[in-house]
Amino acid sequence: MNNIKQSRRNFIKSLGLASGALVIGMNTTTGLATVLNSKDINMLSPNIWITLYKNGETHLTAHRSEMGQGIRTSLVAILADEMEADLSRVVIKQATGDKKYGNQNTDGSRSIRNFGTILRTAGASVKELLIEAAAKTWNLPASECNADSHYVYHKGKNKKIFYGDLIDAAQGLTLPTEPKLKDKSEFKYIGTELDNLDNNLYVTGKAVYGIDATIEGMVYASIQRTPVIGGVLKSFDKTETMKFPGVIDVVEIKGTPGPALFNPLAGVAVIATNTWAAEQGKLRLKIVWEEGENSSHNSDSYKEKLFASVKKKGKAYREEGDTYSVLEANKNNTDKKTVEALYYLPYLAHAPLETPAALAWVQADKCEVWTSTQTPQRSRTLVAQELGFKEEQVTINVTFLGAAFGRKSKPDYVVEAAKLSKHLNKPVKVFWSREDEIKHGYYHSVSAQYHQASIDENNNVDAWLHRSDFPPIGATFNPAARGPGSGLSQGATTIPYDIKNIQVEAGDAKAHLRIGWLRSVYSVFHGFSTNCFMDELAHQRGIDPLQHQLELIGADRVLPFDESFEFNTARLKNVLKKAAKNAGWGKKLPKGHGMGLAVQYSFYSYIAQVVEVSVIDNKLKVHKINTCIDCGMVANLDAVNNQMEGAGMFGLSLAFFGEITAKDGKIEQSNFHDYQLLRMKDAPHIDVEVVTSDEPSTGVGEPAVPPLAPALLNAIFAATGKRIRELPLSKHGLV
Amino acid sequence: MIKLNINNKVHEVEVPDDMPLLWVLRDILDIKGTKFGCGKGLCGACTVHLDGKAVRSCSLPVNAVNAQKIVTIEGLSEHGDHALQKAWSTVNVSQCGYCQPGQIMSAAALLSNNKKPTDNDIDTAMSGNICRCGTYVRIREAIKLAAKEV
Repeated sequence: MNNIKQSRRNFIKSLGLASGALVIGMNTTTGLATVLNSKDINMLSPNIWITLYKNGETHLTAHRSEMGQGIRTSLVAILADEMEADLSRVVIKQATGDKKYGNQNTDGSRSIRNFGTILRTAGASVKELLIEAAAKTWNLPASECNADSHYVYHKGKNKKIFYGDLIDAAQGLTLPTEPKLKDKSEFKYIGTELDNLDNNLYVTGKAVYGIDATIEGMVYASIQRTPVIGGVLKSFDKTETMKFPGVIDVVEIKGTPGPALFNPLAGVAVIATNTWAAEQGKLRLKIVWEEGENSSHNSDSYKEKLFASVKKKGKAYREEGDTYSVLEANKNNTDKKTVEALYYLPYLAHAPLETPAALAWVQADKCEVWTSTQTPQRSRTLVAQELGFKEEQVTINVTFLGAAFGRKSKPDYVVEAAKLSKHLNKPVKVFWSREDEIKHGYYHSVSAQYHQASIDENNNVDAWLHRSDFPPIGATFNPAARGPGSGLSQGATTIPYDIKNIQVEAGDAKAHLRIGWLRSVYSVFHGFSTNCFMDELAHQRGIDPLQHQLELIGADRVLPFDESFEFNTARLKNVLKKAAKNAGWGKKLPKGHGMGLAVQYSFYSYIAQVVEVSVIDNKLKVHKINTCIDCGMVANLDAVNNQMEGAGMFGLSLAFFGEITAKDGKIEQSNFHDYQLLRMKDAPHIDVEVVTSDEPSTGVGEPAVPPLAPALLNAIFAATGKRIRELPLSKHGLV
Repeated sequence: MIKLNINNKVHEVEVPDDMPLLWVLRDILDIKGTKFGCGKGLCGACTVHLDGKAVRSCSLPVNAVNAQKIVTIEGLSEHGDHALQKAWSTVNVSQCGYCQPGQIMSAAALLSNNKKPTDNDIDTAMSGNICRCGTYVRIREAIKLAAKEV
């Protein structure tokens, strides 16, 4: 939480002006804010996060999107803890998309990392304001007062005032800008196992997701989109569609030339009185597409291309020592060994259980949207651009997200809804079927990874070569983009290994689909190949994989990759040792069983996983997963545990089944029969240890995905002696 | 006109015979706790009870319902306090929560036939319900917790 980069100045800037009756006036030069008198004397709203009512009800704002990470609970618990608010009096208010909140892109595992300190400060300043108001009422120095659970007390005396009764007295006081934050020993909520505050909504079906949004007079839209990226509509016949009961209209959506960005794809929208009619109407469209050059894209031949390119020298992004000379010299030295391996991971689709959905209502001078989005501000900007509105004329209401995993960072569906609503002059809800979601996504990049390493005369690893080739996300913004962008910093150039000669390179693959962020992004394939290859090296050295990892991570030291957070190898070794110990690493296992491990530094967190499997009669069973994470100071321990469990299943799911392929530029999969997800019968027990730490908070939502697949494959090797270097396992007959 | 008994209340709807029950519930009657996930009976997000049995409402034409009683997540308990709903909250099962109404309806059908399900029983009964967030371990735990109360 104590992000060192989160300066006080940023906090003040992000305070902004609160809407509502009682607002702060801010002197931007001194950063002082004064609570102003207002017409509504029943509430106190000293900053954008907190509104206190006379009855004690406290509205706390969650400005990040809730997509299953429990962020609403964590954010308001942080505010409430520092404010000394009673959580049972708290109502969570979901923020609309608005720059005043600072960054609202709920991605990159950074909500607590970037906002923990801001929210603590916001909560603490209101507590000090209320203490000041009580002190004024009692004519006492503030130092003789303290706050606890919605009351201010005269210390050591039997005198108290309810927070709700301090609203009048707080008028005109200055909001402290540098309040004292609690010592961790004083935390009531932070770091504990908090119950999710939205549980009741979830279990009763009352949580409203984007797909549930409803307003009077709305119509439903289903869109048949171009099957090939860059394709345009040649012609269409709507005769059969219009005959279907409930279909109202058919509307062409023109594609936008140039980069994919977050633009709607070219398509034909069927407008109807209900979702089913819109879908049935869509199925009855007869469309002729001009498919364009990406129709030459085939996963099979593309894979061969990636393999060919990754075997050749690429552009170096990390170069230490002289890896090539060492590898060259090995050819003439029988005392030394060169190990090499080639790995491949396919495209993946996000498949959140709630497909993308948006309801937009465009009126003459305003537009209101209800949607499950990870990027409410980006949605607002794009809708405003689409409509020729100012951003102030657009309201993006953020619903619950039926999960997202990065798909809902791309608001193409929000723009579709706005476009159609403008055209039809009524509220329109855009529905994506599962087939739409699987076939028209922003895919996790396909990739090939080539590794080579040298083992010297003393059985030490003295050179490391890693080449990574994948079509980059950058191509979604600039079709000419080649090369890895910043992608190698996710687990390739940032390997912690103490090896004299290190060379990390990338090729220049061209994108033929919309490539986009998926949970853990490039860390997925870099963590995969690196951990698989480390296991191969351990085997070649004849050393236990745990010992091998610890040895190569080497001495305790701070690595220089990113100055915003310290990468401390001691913490990396610690999580690995703990996960191994918890799993009983090294114990004798039944016949056919094996254990594998993987460790990674990602999203500034340290994570290790150990997987135990059995392979009997060529059938794989995953018995247990042990995860250990060090993510610094924790907001809600239960939420971290839940993310470790869920991300483990996500990793297992992609290892078992995850594969999207393209043929003639079109996605071949369509629904959960051919893009399978992990089910209960394959879900093992997951044991989690979260390291207790006072270090700055780091990522939680993503880090547990990448190490799972390599730990699993390493376990399969331990059980069978068989190396698998390509996923998914369903192609290997094991699942 | 089709008559439906949903959560012990009779509704009359004017819809095509083959409209799936899911869309009648969601779009015609505004009963939205039942979710769309796949439209093909593959994920269980749309699970409701038909005369006590768990069915996938996305693949059930409304005219196949006839006089059978439909129960949705909204009708599982009067105050959201079915043993499973309580257990789900106690264990903090939900992540995004989207699949959980369907999971709970499948689990409720299981418990009504099998008071003490084993892990195997649970895995078999629940494997038609996908949770993309991966809350399976907690679902198992919550079902066992609820089984103690039923």
